[in-house]
Amino acid sequence: MAAERGTAAEALVGQVVLPGDLLLLPAHYDEDAEGERLRLSAGAAPQGRLLCGPGLRRSGAGLLVTTCGLLRHRPGGGGAYWVDSQQKRYVPVKGDHVIGIVTAKAGDVFRLDVGGSEPASLSYLAFEGATKRNRPNVQVGDLIYGQFVVANKDMEPEMVCIDSSGKSSGMGLIGQDGFLFKVSLGLIRKLLAPKCEIIQELSQLYPFELVIGMNGRIWVKAKTIQQTLIIVNILEACEYMTAEQRKQALAKLSGN
Amino acid sequence: FMQRGLDSQTKKQLEEEEKKIISEEHWYLDVPDLKEKESCIIEERSFLRCEDLVYGRMSFKGFNPEIEKLMIQMNSKCKEEEIEEDDKMEADVSDEEMARRYETLVGTIGKKFLRKRDQRVLKDDDEDEDDEVEEGKSNTRPSKRAKKMFLKPQD
Repeated sequence: MAAERGTAAEALVGQVVLPGDLLLLPAHYDEDAEGERLRLSAGAAPQGRLLCGPGLRRSGAGLLVTTCGLLRHRPGGGGAYWVDSQQKRYVPVKGDHVIGIVTAKAGDVFRLDVGGSEPASLSYLAFEGATKRNRPNVQVGDLIYGQFVVANKDMEPEMVCIDSSGKSSGMGLIGQDGFLFKVSLGLIRKLLAPKCEIIQELSQLYPFELVIGMNGRIWVKAKTIQQTLIIVNILEACEYMTAEQRKQALAKLSGN
Repeated sequence: FMQRGLDSQTKKQLEEEEKKIISEEHWYLDVPDLKEKESCIIEERSFLRCEDLVYGRMSFKGFNPEIEKLMIQMNSKCKEEEIEEDDKMEADVSDEEMARRYETLVGTIGKKFLRKRDQRVLKDDDEDEDDEVEEGKSNTRPSKRAKKMFLKPQD
């Protein structure tokens, strides 16, 4: 059994944790009867269940860390803890929106490459307004923006291009032209955060269109090839630039 | 393997023996039932539920107007914690009137499929109900009326 004592989870929020660290949770989440009594008397215990996000695993009384990174906490909605780690390799997760490249058509199903260990499958009926007679016009080599409906380590991942109410809501075939490139997953999450500075600054430059997939792939399209390439270079370099450097680079560009 | 000519007694004996054999072979757990502990921790592998991420498809400065509309829609859905929009489009017919129409519609179409006898019963019921409504009586259902007899025309 682990010989090291665990540390309280709240103390480590925002700090680096390594795999093997044990995080102790406050008494509210204990599964013993004593914990229940405490909960009733404390009165300030959070309602609902604790969310144990990626990088953490439940073990006995606490959470076990499985990836190295920064520990993050969100207090709303019962609380959530997760580890913010940096990686380039994507593992398909249910509910994620990703960009896939069609590699083959096999009968009623398209095979898409999403950057995981296996190609994902996408049924041709999973598009908005598709029927057996009205097939979507998808060729090998096209880009598709969809979400995972099945994604676990035992089965081949499956994707769909409609949401639960049957509407496409932006998913489906991504149009012609444009540029697809790959970045690390940490940058993707930074870009998708609400009020991301990078995106706000870029939006001031030129009109362009952007599709961000959680599997590390970004597709950009602007009016001219040069503008597209500029945006691509900025996004790729954002990973290693500080905010200052980025602002300088953008100032130079808008000045030009 | 029921053989003819077997007495009923011997048959019963055979059946009982069979049952005994079967029940002995049935396995059962000797372990006391484990108490199921309600866990307060959910494991999640997706970042989507932990962080508040915006929608992945974006367009700026009017490059793709449909996507810009979508952006506003999706992001306002997230921010307002999915306040469901009741798509109350201005209806030509109000809800109450729809309900009234439907009420009578169901009756008229239902009558079409009734057989003759049922139709007569239905007619009696309808008249009773109408009378109730008109007279304003509540709860006192008039006793069954006598069937309508042939009325001699008065001279």
